[in-house]
Amino acid sequence: MKITRRNILKSTAAAAAAVSLPQLWIPESSEAWGATLKKGEPIKVGLLFSLTGSLAVPEEDSALVMQYAIDEINKAGGVAGLPIEPVIVDAKSDFAVYSEKAKELILRDKVIALFGCYTSASRKAILPTVMQRDHLLYYPTCYEGAECTQNTICTGPLANQHSQDLIPFMVQQFGKRVFFVGSNYVWPKESNKNAKVWLEKAGGELLGEEYIPLSSSEFGPLLNKIRDANPDFIFSTVVGASDIAFHKQFKQEGFKVDKMPIASLTTGEIETRAMGAEFGAGHFLSAPYFQSLDTPTNQKFVESFLKSKYGKNGTTHYNMEETYTSAYVFKAGFEKAAAAVGFENVTPRIIRDHSGGIRVEDDVSPEGLIWIDENNFNTWLKPKIGQCQADGTFKIVKAAEKHVAPDPYSIYPDVGLCTKDGLKAPDGKIRKSVI
Amino acid sequence: MDLGSLLNALILGVSIASIWLIAALGLTIIYGTAGVINMAHGELIMLGAYSSYMLQFYLGLPYLLCLPASFVVVALVGLALERGLIRYLYSRPLDTLLATYGVSLVLMQGVRLIFGSDPKYLAVPEIFQSNVMLGSVSVSAFRIVVLLVTVLLVLALWLLFYKTRFGVQVRAVMQNKEMAAAFGINSGRIYMLTFALGAGLAGVAGALFGVLAIVLPTMGASYVVQAFLMVVVGGGSLAGSVVASGVTGEMQSVFAFFTNDTLARFIIFVLIVAFLRFRPQGLFAQSGARR
Repeated sequence: MKITRRNILKSTAAAAAAVSLPQLWIPESSEAWGATLKKGEPIKVGLLFSLTGSLAVPEEDSALVMQYAIDEINKAGGVAGLPIEPVIVDAKSDFAVYSEKAKELILRDKVIALFGCYTSASRKAILPTVMQRDHLLYYPTCYEGAECTQNTICTGPLANQHSQDLIPFMVQQFGKRVFFVGSNYVWPKESNKNAKVWLEKAGGELLGEEYIPLSSSEFGPLLNKIRDANPDFIFSTVVGASDIAFHKQFKQEGFKVDKMPIASLTTGEIETRAMGAEFGAGHFLSAPYFQSLDTPTNQKFVESFLKSKYGKNGTTHYNMEETYTSAYVFKAGFEKAAAAVGFENVTPRIIRDHSGGIRVEDDVSPEGLIWIDENNFNTWLKPKIGQCQADGTFKIVKAAEKHVAPDPYSIYPDVGLCTKDGLKAPDGKIRKSVI
Repeated sequence: MDLGSLLNALILGVSIASIWLIAALGLTIIYGTAGVINMAHGELIMLGAYSSYMLQFYLGLPYLLCLPASFVVVALVGLALERGLIRYLYSRPLDTLLATYGVSLVLMQGVRLIFGSDPKYLAVPEIFQSNVMLGSVSVSAFRIVVLLVTVLLVLALWLLFYKTRFGVQVRAVMQNKEMAAAFGINSGRIYMLTFALGAGLAGVAGALFGVLAIVLPTMGASYVVQAFLMVVVGGGSLAGSVVASGVTGEMQSVFAFFTNDTLARFIIFVLIVAFLRFRPQGLFAQSGARR
């Protein structure tokens, strides 16, 4: 659900825009932030998620798990000895509200960091504000990459990490012939560009690539095309309510999951529960986290989260876990910054500067050890492949042996390399704040 | 080009048409009779899906019984809505638009408060979870159910409007409310019953869409636009909606077969706009209707 025309326009012009964007004026961080931390006062952070409207399904869960993580950190002594105080606002699934609330959180509430957004569209809506104030956004979900701001830290997988293992795995298990299906907006298209690279390497054959309008629940024509093409498997980046309709109609139209499974980047525990396990069973998902991960840290996380007052929706899934770890990335970054410059002098910029290389160890991170890349501030993680079982849980059939590096420009090598200071073009020029 | 595939696309077109039509049926009745622009139609569809979910989850009602039960539940909601709000606004059509839009927001948020914003699940019997093969033609069993329900409802509505005393009264009120009242027809009662009937039809549609797609507080929003298009293109009459849905459904399927879904929708909407430019009264305008 990473939506809007605005976003699509932006991305189709991605390369062009990247080249033509003027450099933004960036004030000194402390001046821009306009506040100081005081000993004895809680550290304020902003939670900017949609609690109502069409994006509430994933984002409400994110807001809940974030509050859970903050409670947990506070109970264990807080950050640098002080409790975190969340300022929770409702972005109402409206991109204008995202932008307005982000300003409010930064200027009025003087939070030291923002946690929020789910869709690329909302991220792009608030980034200008975040960059102008030289502030800091923790973006806790997957996205397409092709961005190099000096003001975000992302804890989800980028497009290049997401399908790297999934495509070769599916080709090996089911055959070379694949059909790509996606929702019609930026993230599926960028993800499919990445997937094509892996498909070519794996020797696969692309039979067709189709995009469905975002709100559409009519998959009849598409499924007829897939029936005619008869691929060995389907690679899906269909999102949201559409995705549930897609899986339901797949079965209702007589497709057999053992003959032609769907390999998805989005269909996780929530989606499976909403469609009914009989429609989800047998399909595959690539994600860094599954509720069924068999590690003591995860078991503890799942059990204690579901028992807490925030666990009312009854599940944990990859998006929530990425949100949860982002709280610990913040804690570690803040403490490192406070140790370096003194507590009173910590600003969003300084936290960001000290966040490169931060590790969330496997006794805290439910998905296992992750760390923040020192150049592009996305996350090194191990993508895993799960197969949905008859009871709606996922069985992990493959986990990456090594951590995979995040690379926001993996399919645009000509654009440059995202470094700590900005996007470094092949000619050596560095441009800041590229979105 | 493969003829079997084209045949499949044509048959699918009939199914898509039935989905467009059943989404529009309730609205056709309400708009056609009372001229009320019911913006809450999508939320009535949503209520239908949630009624089925509730009846199934809490009372264990079999899915096929949920269809008539959803009709009754949502019809009652419609009745309450008409008595409590809409009937005061018949003389101010633009206000009904705003008021029903408000109602749609209230219903959406109310359902969210009660059931939460996570999607719900409607179980259907095993036989509706697969398809039927006839040679090279494949049709999903559930699409056949939707088609059958739609055909039955259209037939029932036709009988109701053209073969019963109630139907004569409805048509009389449609043509001229005051004149009909002068002949002793209780026009307030007719409006009330047709509104409830229209709401009930939306409920049935919701019970079906919950299986085809998803049960979510926001699910209605995607159906209300296409329902309005069918009613406007059809001209507000039952026959108009049937023809408009039939043509649009076939076009969607066939265009998507030759191009893709996004382009198919684009072409359909362009054609609808062009059509309304030259025939703003719709396919079958009701002569003598008070608008």
